[in-house]
Amino acid sequence: MTQPIIALHHVTKRYGDATILKNIDLTLEPGKFYTLLGPSGCGKTTILRTIAGFTDATDGDVLFAGDRINDVPANKRNVNTVFQDYALFPHMTVAENVAFGLTLKKRPKPEIAERVAQALKLVQLADYGDREISALSGGQQQRIAIARAIVMEPQVLLLDEPLSALDAKLRRQMQYELRDLQQRLGITFLFVTHDQEEALAMSDEIFVMSQGEVLQSGSPVDIYDEPINHFVADFIGESNILPGKMIADFQVAFGGHQFECADAGIPVNEAVEIVIRPEDLTLTDPANAKLTVTIDTQLFRGDYYEIAATDSLGNDWLIHSVNPAEDGESVGITFRPQDLHVMRFGEKEAEFDARLETYETEDESHDEP
Amino acid sequence: MTNRKTWLYFIPYGLWLALFVIAPVALIIYQSFFDLGHHFTVANYGTYFQSATYLKMTLNSVWYAFLITLFTVLISYPTAYFLHQLKHRQFWLLLVILPTWINILLKAYAFIGIFSQAGLANQFLTFIGIGPQQILFTNASFIFVATYIQIPFMILPIFNALDDLNPAFINASKDLGASAWQTFHRVIFPLTLPGVKAGVQAVFIPSLSLFMLTRLIGGNKVITLGTAIEEHFLTTMNWGMGSTIGVVLIVAMIIVMTLTGDQKPKGGTPR
Repeated sequence: MTQPIIALHHVTKRYGDATILKNIDLTLEPGKFYTLLGPSGCGKTTILRTIAGFTDATDGDVLFAGDRINDVPANKRNVNTVFQDYALFPHMTVAENVAFGLTLKKRPKPEIAERVAQALKLVQLADYGDREISALSGGQQQRIAIARAIVMEPQVLLLDEPLSALDAKLRRQMQYELRDLQQRLGITFLFVTHDQEEALAMSDEIFVMSQGEVLQSGSPVDIYDEPINHFVADFIGESNILPGKMIADFQVAFGGHQFECADAGIPVNEAVEIVIRPEDLTLTDPANAKLTVTIDTQLFRGDYYEIAATDSLGNDWLIHSVNPAEDGESVGITFRPQDLHVMRFGEKEAEFDARLETYETEDESHDEP
Repeated sequence: MTNRKTWLYFIPYGLWLALFVIAPVALIIYQSFFDLGHHFTVANYGTYFQSATYLKMTLNSVWYAFLITLFTVLISYPTAYFLHQLKHRQFWLLLVILPTWINILLKAYAFIGIFSQAGLANQFLTFIGIGPQQILFTNASFIFVATYIQIPFMILPIFNALDDLNPAFINASKDLGASAWQTFHRVIFPLTLPGVKAGVQAVFIPSLSLFMLTRLIGGNKVITLGTAIEEHFLTTMNWGMGSTIGVVLIVAMIIVMTLTGDQKPKGGTPR
């Protein structure tokens, strides 16, 4: 394993009686795209500010390339930030904004001009150097904010919800561009967002946070397919979460029936929760169905129908289907064992990973759909 | 119907504007073209611009207003900056504003007491062994008291400008490697300059026509335009000349307003 570029060891942040960060451990490797994902107030921005140096950790160590930087002021750290509201200086032109950091470093003028031009080209705004900040659209300001940060050639770029002020279409476009930019520059990005779609689309690794804790970390696919608990399952994507009971390894009961599943290592008869993603459910003839549900209502979403249904025990089901159904119709639904994911109550990430180790070692690809 | 209603709201302001702004200014301009014998003339302007006394008076007014403004800025910016860092800043700001609620004459008389031969200031000087000095009726005491009176009108707009400053700008500056001083002079000060300009307007213009303080504290050693206007209207009864100086003052105000940008003064005027 390579030397981590950023590491947080047992970082805690308290404001008076309120604990914002609870014993955070987190490692970022060079050249990867990381995302801190969580609802507002979960502490994700505080982590960013701790790494940038705008706020101090109450306890714990912040390491940069192995060195403790808790006491290094923000202006001496080799990380740069793209702020949520961009924070472009309104009294300077675009070029002056981008050049700001370099002029502080007293670089020679020709070098500054060249690097500013390069940075502006990188964000596809090469001809905008002389513009006033107020003359730029939100998307352009966003790019200038990125240019102003990357012109400093930081080893880590921190992005604080940079896309939240953009409209949906531009946001999707910027997702591609950010991902592309990160791969071209080869530096570490730490991206903060509350938008799970953004996180899934761009990241190499996601840290899902809630109430000052990292609940789960892993690749987007891992987190989507194997959420550790109700919160993560609910927060990432749409999901059906049902109460159930473990019957045996690879056997679980819910909705009044017993099904084959892909999870093991849980004590028999333990109460658990089962996650099924709506797109993994297939509508079928009640005769060869695993469960029968009654259609309540459906919404046309363009590329699929979002169908709400109820089973005989009163559990609500959300189904994504390419074909429409009839309201009030009784239909069968079916799914594969690997579409089920069993979650234990109160299981921590370390325990979860250890349990997965016990039965997934021989067959790494077994959870792939 | 809606149009007519909206128009109705303008009446109080329109009346105020017509009676207390347009009419007096028009009257001053009108009066400035009449001599003592009520004959129409431009001689008043001729007198003004040819008389060394009047030009010196103008220069004096501008110079003292400049000094007062300068000292006010030098004291107010750091004060506003400091106040802005405090936890209960609105409370501390209130303490700064409080003296403006007291009539300027009362404050002037209080300073006469403090600066007089047997006053507090001289008691202190005697105590530390310097002995009593002539403090009252000096130019220094005039500038001191004028500055004291104007400070709140400078602090307020600067404080507001600091308050409006998005803290993200400061973080962005540090993030890009700026030291505290670099952040101040390249980001914080330029972005709060509109507040300073508003303060300069609120202080410089009224300072041009101070006359009560020049007499009570300055001992009439400095004759400013304000003093001259008062003399002409109340003592020599030369309303035409007084109005001419008034017009000159109005023009000076317009010049200052133009120089300090399109910001409207946020503070009031001391009176």
